[in-house]
Amino acid sequence: MLKLHGQLPIVNASRGAPYLVTVTTHDQLPPDQKRTRALLMKPRFDPTGFKTILVKKNESPRERTEGDVFELSADYEYLDEGDILRLDPVAGSMRCLYRRNSIHNTILLTEQCNHYCLMCSQPPKDVDDSWLMDEAMELIGLIPPETEALGFSGGEPTLRGDRFIQLLQLTKDRLPRTAIDVLSNGRAFKDLTFAAKCAGVKHPDLLIGIPIYSDDPVRHDYVVQSRGAFDETIEGILNLKAVNQRVEIRVVIHRQTVDRLVQTCEFLARNLLFVDHVALMGLEITGFTRPNLDLLWVDPYDYRDVLSESVKLLNAYGMTASIYNHQLCTLNSDVRGNYRKSISDWKNEYLDVCAPCTKRDECGGFFSSSKLYKHSAHIKAFP
Amino acid sequence: MSPFQGIEQYEARTEDYQLLPFRFILLDHDRYVLTNLAGEYLIAARKTVLDLLQHRLSRTDPAYCDLRARHFLMDRSSSIAPTLLSLKVRTRYHRLAEFTGLHLFVVTLRCEHACPYCQVSRQSEDTLRYDMSTETASAALDLVFRSPSTSIKIEIQGGEPLLNFGLIQLIVREAEARNERFGKKLAFVIATNLALINEEILTFCRDHSIVISTSLDGPKDLHNASRPRPGGDSYERTIAGIRLARQFLGSDQVSALMTTTEASLSRVRGIIDEYVAQGFSGIFLRPLSPYGFAIKTRSYRAYDTERWLDFYKQGVDYIVELNRQGLDFAEYYASTILKKMLTSEDPGYVDLMSPAGIGIGAVVYNYDGSVYASDESRMLAEMGKEQFKLGHVLMHRYEEIFSSPNLLDPLEESFAYSAPMCHDCAFEPYCGADPVFHYALYGDYLGRKPESAFCQRNMETFRYLIQKMESDLFVKQLFTKWANR
Repeated sequence: MLKLHGQLPIVNASRGAPYLVTVTTHDQLPPDQKRTRALLMKPRFDPTGFKTILVKKNESPRERTEGDVFELSADYEYLDEGDILRLDPVAGSMRCLYRRNSIHNTILLTEQCNHYCLMCSQPPKDVDDSWLMDEAMELIGLIPPETEALGFSGGEPTLRGDRFIQLLQLTKDRLPRTAIDVLSNGRAFKDLTFAAKCAGVKHPDLLIGIPIYSDDPVRHDYVVQSRGAFDETIEGILNLKAVNQRVEIRVVIHRQTVDRLVQTCEFLARNLLFVDHVALMGLEITGFTRPNLDLLWVDPYDYRDVLSESVKLLNAYGMTASIYNHQLCTLNSDVRGNYRKSISDWKNEYLDVCAPCTKRDECGGFFSSSKLYKHSAHIKAFP
Repeated sequence: MSPFQGIEQYEARTEDYQLLPFRFILLDHDRYVLTNLAGEYLIAARKTVLDLLQHRLSRTDPAYCDLRARHFLMDRSSSIAPTLLSLKVRTRYHRLAEFTGLHLFVVTLRCEHACPYCQVSRQSEDTLRYDMSTETASAALDLVFRSPSTSIKIEIQGGEPLLNFGLIQLIVREAEARNERFGKKLAFVIATNLALINEEILTFCRDHSIVISTSLDGPKDLHNASRPRPGGDSYERTIAGIRLARQFLGSDQVSALMTTTEASLSRVRGIIDEYVAQGFSGIFLRPLSPYGFAIKTRSYRAYDTERWLDFYKQGVDYIVELNRQGLDFAEYYASTILKKMLTSEDPGYVDLMSPAGIGIGAVVYNYDGSVYASDESRMLAEMGKEQFKLGHVLMHRYEEIFSSPNLLDPLEESFAYSAPMCHDCAFEPYCGADPVFHYALYGDYLGRKPESAFCQRNMETFRYLIQKMESDLFVKQLFTKWANR
């Protein structure tokens, strides 16, 4: 697992406000560029004029420079040309916001949420974090336009209302070729005007991923811990499709949803046939899932037949369906066509038992958290 | 204390629930089929149905959740059901707004076959008398392009239409030229026995993306016995024609229809095997229609509905087993019904539409310029019953033809949702109105359903298909695929 944020020992720093900066491995840049770059320091580099200098332990530049100097531990060796960091020169904290060589960059827009899902991987915080939106706007301006894909996530991004729409507009203007995945609970789109504003951006490649955890409204409301959520989410999806916005349905499979998984897929086929994608997702053992593990855990191997039946049903209806966050050895072979390697690179690992597996390259592996806390008891290497 | 609440906290705060519109009918000795407004079905035990109806079904009953999720009942936990139900109902009926999409041109009644079950053909050599004229074809095309439908399919029929190939070419070229202005999705089909097919005709078909629909009744002896022609070589010519047509057009551009006769009834496996052997991906096990020579020669009454149902069930059972062994092969009558059962899409099959498909789903321009509400309507006219004649291409305007009482009256009177007995029938969403069938056999558009062979045949087919998929997951998955073909 990559460490995307943490404290950096301050070698020498100004007392300024936090800022975003792009990592570079070249010390010979025009002065203008240097003022907005963080130099990954190497021997014989000239750090003069850089906004920030990132040094390995005991490798501080000899000459004093104007820039902030932070020490990088081995955890951050992945940092490379074009990555974008948020640095707080007072607190010495760093967050890696964008990695140029990854297709799994997700931008956190808020930690506030009107859901409180049993298995939330990013537990909500009820604090004013509107600065995250400002940061995202700035970040979009720094990300290179050749970026393949970006995610916007939360919390619930749509709680930011018109600021969220502005962000989509900005993203379309700055990154017109970048595929955008938004993770939302969809409830805000029950307001047709808001849905129309979202579609009105006319982003060429925008997908809104919205969870439906059950065909049974009560069970969905229970999983997201919010009364009335199901109705508003469905209305939101209907509105988004009415204004031609692409929508993905995301179903997380756990003990509270697996018993009605087939019925849930049937519900999708009968009522929401027009959505663009259905993702059937394995559980990530992080956030609220850990305290609720007894309530949620079911071994994927034990539901493999249910998953096969669900996927076949979606396929028969011509819906595009994908299985995310599973390991090949826990599934029946009849769902291979729908299997995707989905786990974000920075939190993706394999077990020791996987070492000799012949299908390892096709397999998505594990969340780091699964490896650490809980995974299927039926993991075995394919001969 | 856990910040999370249990599922019971999300249930409605009161025990009452409201019934949404649904109907139910006995499936077998103790189980009922319930269908909601959008045609989704659930199977429930008698006790569950009684409890449900008396508002005493407990939330803890396993059926409660299913009934709520599929929009049979609504309680205070959710009020989205009417929105989703109405969306599905609108989807079911969206075809109506398109109006007439299928336009049949009877370019000649002449035929070189002499099939005893044929409803319409003539052996006459008198071309003037039984061929459509260019003037008639052109006036019919005027009407075709008055249809608001965004897609138009022109089906060339006979007799044997290839006997008037010159007119076919004219119709196709003229339709294409006119469509430049309209930009509709335009498709052509020729329904032919293929006896006269040749490379010149197929080249034309290929150049104009015309697909071929032919007749294949089963194995050679059965086919040749029911489809006599000079030389007795109908089967050989059909098979050779299918091969040649596939070479020119691609194998999925050639389909075949079989007609069930008394002689077919004991041979369903052989018929299916023949279709498999000829490389078709499915078969339409059709009931014989009661029109034309079929009634005159008594071949319609020669077997009853029960015998056809046995034939049909044996056939579908056999096809299911073929699929279980790995063959991908469908039965199209089942597929049509299953689409109605398992999706919100209307398959647009004229016999199983309500409002009926006559006129508004398909319309026929006969060789002599008469316009009929359906293919069956012109067959009925050949028997002297002009009840469904809507007008004449040279004498009547589009508005007169499509607001003719001969169209509007049967549409309104036969509409199953308001027809006695159909209104209460749980299978109504899967069924059709078929006023032409009922008029032909019973003298009015509705008939009396307890006596209706149409009703008997379809009710039993619906029950059979539901029982079959409810008792076998493989069949359910296969049928779901068929429904979405």
